[in-house]
Amino acid sequence: MEMTDIFGRLSWADLVLLDVFRSPSVDTAVSSGAAWIMVLGAAAVLVWLTVAGRWGWLWRDWLTTVDHKKIGIMYITLGFIMMARGIAEGVVMRSYQATAYQGGAFLSEEHWAELFSTHGTVMIFFVAMPFITGFMNYLIPLQIGARDMAFPVLNQISLGLTGTGAALVMISLALGGFETGGWTAYPPFTGADFDPGPGPDYWVWSIVLSGFGSMFSGLNFAVTIYKMRAPGMDYLKMPVFCWTALCTSILLIFALPPLTVAGLMQALDRLLGFHFFTNDLGGNMMNYANLFWMFGHPEVYILILPAYGIFSELTATFAAKRLYGYRSLVMATMSIAVISFGVWLHHFFTMGQSPSINAAFGIATAIIAVPTGVKVYVWMATLWRGRIRMTTPMVYMTGFFILFTIGGFSGIILANPAINWQVHNTQFIVAHFHNVLLPGLIFGIFAGIHIWFPKAYGFRLHERAGTITAILWIVGFAMTFLPLYAVGLLGYPRRSAAFDDPAFLPYMYVSLTGAFILLAAFCGLFVTLWISIRNRDSLAVPLGDPWDGRTLEWATPSPPPPWNFPVIPQVSSLDAFAKEKAEGKPYVQPAEYRDIELPAPTSAGMVVMVSTTALGFALTWWIWWLAAAAAFGLVAYFFVRSFFEYPHIVIPAIEVQRVNEAWIEALHLCTPVNRDHEDDPRNRGHAATDMAIAS
Amino acid sequence: MRQSEHTWFALFAFTVLAAAIYTPASAATHSADFMRPLGPIADMQRTELFWATVIVMVAILPVFVGVPWILWRYRRSNDKSEYAPAWHFDTKLELVMWGVPAAIVVAFGIWLTQAVFRIDPYRTIDAEMAEGMNFEIDGPPVVVDVVGLDWKWLFIYPDEGVASVGEMVIPVGRPVSMRLTTDTVMQSFMAQGLAGQIYAMPGMVTRLNVLAEREGTTVAENTQYNGTGFASQRAPARAVTDAEFSAWIDTARAAPPLDDETYAQLAKSGDVAAARRDLGRTGSGPLAFALPDPMLFGRIVGRYRTGAPVPPEQQPGSHSYDPEAARLPATDKGMSDGND
Ligand code: HEM
Ligand SMILES: [Cu+2]
Repeated sequence: MEMTDIFGRLSWADLVLLDVFRSPSVDTAVSSGAAWIMVLGAAAVLVWLTVAGRWGWLWRDWLTTVDHKKIGIMYITLGFIMMARGIAEGVVMRSYQATAYQGGAFLSEEHWAELFSTHGTVMIFFVAMPFITGFMNYLIPLQIGARDMAFPVLNQISLGLTGTGAALVMISLALGGFETGGWTAYPPFTGADFDPGPGPDYWVWSIVLSGFGSMFSGLNFAVTIYKMRAPGMDYLKMPVFCWTALCTSILLIFALPPLTVAGLMQALDRLLGFHFFTNDLGGNMMNYANLFWMFGHPEVYILILPAYGIFSELTATFAAKRLYGYRSLVMATMSIAVISFGVWLHHFFTMGQSPSINAAFGIATAIIAVPTGVKVYVWMATLWRGRIRMTTPMVYMTGFFILFTIGGFSGIILANPAINWQVHNTQFIVAHFHNVLLPGLIFGIFAGIHIWFPKAYGFRLHERAGTITAILWIVGFAMTFLPLYAVGLLGYPRRSAAFDDPAFLPYMYVSLTGAFILLAAFCGLFVTLWISIRNRDSLAVPLGDPWDGRTLEWATPSPPPPWNFPVIPQVSSLDAFAKEKAEGKPYVQPAEYRDIELPAPTSAGMVVMVSTTALGFALTWWIWWLAAAAAFGLVAYFFVRSFFEYPHIVIPAIEVQRVNEAWIEALHLCTPVNRDHEDDPRNRGHAATDMAIAS
Repeated sequence: MRQSEHTWFALFAFTVLAAAIYTPASAATHSADFMRPLGPIADMQRTELFWATVIVMVAILPVFVGVPWILWRYRRSNDKSEYAPAWHFDTKLELVMWGVPAAIVVAFGIWLTQAVFRIDPYRTIDAEMAEGMNFEIDGPPVVVDVVGLDWKWLFIYPDEGVASVGEMVIPVGRPVSMRLTTDTVMQSFMAQGLAGQIYAMPGMVTRLNVLAEREGTTVAENTQYNGTGFASQRAPARAVTDAEFSAWIDTARAAPPLDDETYAQLAKSGDVAAARRDLGRTGSGPLAFALPDPMLFGRIVGRYRTGAPVPPEQQPGSHSYDPEAARLPATDKGMSDGND
C-alpha cells in the first residue's frame, strides 16, 4: 500500500505548526504561532475537561441536549470562539496595512491574502451566522410560548453542521492553509488550474456543509413560527423579533441553496474536471458571480434582520413605551425580505451589462433603503415621549443609530452604478460593509446579550463595565473604519497588500489605533463577564424580569426550566406580559398541571458533526477511504435510527407544579422594584412597571 | 442617574473627536483621481456623488440631529418631559416616514438612470455625446486593447502598431475606445481620473470609453485580487498632447517587437520589473514594443475559445505555466463568435 492511499495528498510539509522551525521568519512565526495557539488551546480545554472530570457534564448537559435554549447558547459560544480568531486577524491585517507603505510589510503577501480570506469567511459564516442563529434559537420558542423547536433533533444537527464548517476552517490553520481568494472565493482564481489546493477545498467543504445546517435552521424556525405559536397569538400579535426571525428563516431557506450549488459546482470543477467556471471549454466565472450573490445579498439581510428585531424590542423596553408603528415595522421587514432577492447584481455593476440592467438593479437597491429608513424612524418615534434609561443596550443602540445611518448612506451611494464604478472593489466597500455589519449586526447582538444574558443565567451583566465596553466598540469602530472611506474614494483597492501614496498614511495610523481599541473592546466583553460572575449574587435576578420586559419570555424564571412554561400560555394581545403588568394582573397561574413530554437527549448532532468533518477533511485531502467511510457511517446511522421510535422523557405534573410554585412564592416574597432601582441589588427580577403610571 | 451622565459625556466627547480626526480627502497627491477628474466621464461621476450625497442628507440629517435630542429630552431623570407610553400610531407621521424616503428614491432613481445611459462604458464617445455633456472632441478616436496579465497591464495600440506594458498613454481630446480582456484570472480595470472600472475576463471582451480633457496622470490599476503581486498592478495612465503622443508612438515603434515568443514570456506571473528581466532588457520603468501582429488581442481572447481544453501549462497565471508550451491560436477567429 502506498502512503497516498492512506493519507491522500497530505504530507509533513503541510503541517503549518512546523513551518517556523523549517524556515524561521516573522511570517512563519505568525502562521505557526497561530496554529500552535489553536492546538494548545484545544489541548488545554481537553486537559481541563479531564482533570476537572467534566466530560460527562459536557456530553449530557450540552453536546447531546435538544433544548433550544442550550443549543442557542452553544451557537453563541461558537460565535465568540471564532470571533476571537476573526478579531485577531483583523488587528494583524490593520497592522500590516499600516506598515505597507511602498510595500515591505512584516508578513508575506501570500499570508496577507490568507488573512483576509479566513477573516471574511470566519466573520460571516462562523461568527455572524452563529450569533443570529443562536439568538433565534434561544428566543423564538420562549417568545411564542412554545416548549421547543418544531424539529428539536434537526436543530441539534444544524448546530453540528455549523460546527463542521468552523472545524474545517480551524483545521486549515494547522494543516495546509486556507484559500487566498477572499470570502467570495471567485473562480477561476480559486479553480484547480490556478490553485490546486487544499485551500479552496477547505473553503468549499466548510461552506457547503455548514450551508446545509443553515438551511435546516431556516426550515425549522419557519415551521416553528407557523405552527407552534401559543393559542391566541395571531401573526400580528407576535413580538417583532419573531417577525424578523420569520423573514430571516425564509431568506435562509431560499438563499442558501444557490451558495450550496455554487460550492458544489466548484467542487465538481476541482475534483472531477468539470468546466463550470474554468477559463476554457465554455466555463464562465460570471455564472459563479451571479450564483454567489444570489445568496450573498439576501445573506446580508439574513444577518441584519434579527438585529433589527433586537433593536425593536430594546427601544420599547428601555423607553418604557409601546413600540411605535408595529405594522409599519412588520411591513418594512417583509418588504426588505422580498426585495432583497432582486438586487444581487449591484455587487457587479462593473461586469459590462447593458445600462438598462444596471439601472434596474440600481433602482431596486435604492428601494430597499425605504423600508430600512422607515425602521430607523420607527425606533426614533418609539423613543419619543418615552422615559429613556441609558443602559448598556441603549448605548449600543445610540452607536447604532449614528453609525449605521452612515453605513446606510454609503450604501445608497453605492446603489448608483455611475458612482459604484469608481469605488467598487476599493476600501470604500470595506468601510461600507464593516459599517453595516459592526454597528448593525454586532452591536445588535451585544445589546441583545446584555438584555437576555440575565434570562439565560439568572444574573445581570455589570452595567458600568458593559457601558465602558460599548463605548470602546463605538469609538474603536469609528476610528478603524471611517478613515477607509477616504482612502477608498482615492482609489486604494480592497485586499491590497501595499500602497504608494503617502497621503494614505495618516488614515492608516488612525485606523490601526482604532483596531487596537476594538481589540480592547473585545476583551472588555470578557472583563464584563468576569466582573459579573464575581458579583453574581448582587446582580442576581432569578425572578426573571429585570428590565420590565414586555414579551412572554420575561414571564418565566431565570433561567427558565427546560420546559419553558408550566402550561402553554394563552395570548390575547401584543406584548402580552406588559399588558398584564399594566393592568396589575401578571403571572396568571395554571388551574391544573399536566405531565410534560420532552424529547430525550440524542447523539445525532455529534454523529453528524464528526462524520461530516471527516468527510470534508477527506475530500479536501483526497483521502478517499475516509470519505467513503464517513459517508457510509452517516447514512448507516440514520438508516438504523429510522427503525426506532424517538424516545421522550416525561416530567411529572407534580414536579412542574413544585418548580412553578416555588418561583411564584419567591415572587410574592420580593417587593417589585421600579426602574430607579434597575441597576441595584434590590432588582431581583420582579418589576414594578413604569407603564402602569399612564395607562 | 450619575452613571448615565458619564455615558452622555463620553458619547459627546467622542463625536467631537471623530469629527476632528475625519477630515476629507487630502490634496497631497498630485495624480488625478475620482475627486480630481481628467475628463468628462469621471467628472460626471463626481457630480453624481455630490448630488447623491446632498439628497440623501434630507433623510439622514433628521437622524443625526433627532436621536441625540430625543435621548436627552426624554431621559428618565427628566420628569418635565411628556410621557406617552401607549402612543403607537400616527397617520401623518406614517406618511412622512414612508413618503420622504420614497420621494428621495424617486429622484435618486431618475438621476442614476440618466447617468448610466449617458456614460455607459460601452458607448463610443461621439459628437452627440459631446454635445449632450458639454465637452469637446479634438481628433479621431484611438483604439486601445487592454490585456490584464499577472501582475501588469498590457496596452496594445493596434492601429498605431505599438504596445506598452506598465504605462498607458492617450492623447488629450481624442476619444479612447478600449477593449479589455485578461490572459489569466479575472481582473478589474480602473483609471479613476478617466472613468470608473470595468471587469476584464479571460476569453471575453468588455469595453470602456474615455476621454481626457486636460493633460495629467492618473493610475490605471487592477482592483480585483489576483494573487501575490496584486498590489503592484498599477500603471500610470498619462494624458498627453497629440504631438507628445505621436512622439511616444514613434519611440515605441523602434522598440523590440512583441512577437509570440516575447508575449509568452511576458505573460509569466510577475510585475513589470520582472518582465523586464525576463526579456533581457536593461533599465527600469515601463516597457514599449513594436507590434508585428495587430490581431494579437483577438488571438489572446481566442486562446480560451478554441473548443479544446487549455491545460494549466498553457494558461498564464497558473503555477505550472510554461512559456515554451503555450501557443496562442493562429488567428482571432475564436473572438468573433462572442462579444460579451
Ligand atoms: C476588530 C474588528 C475588525 C477589523 C479590525 C477588521 C479588519 C478587516 C480588514 C483589514 C479587512 C481586509 C480589508 C481589505 O480587503 O483590504 C477585512 C475584511 C473583511 N471583514 Fe473585517 N474586520 C473586523 C471585524 C469584522 C466583522 C465583525 C465582520 C463581519 C461580521 C467582518 C467581515 C469582513 C469581511 C466579510 C471582509 C472581506 C474579506 C474579503 O475581502 O474577502 N470584519 N476586515
Ligand atoms: Cu448586496
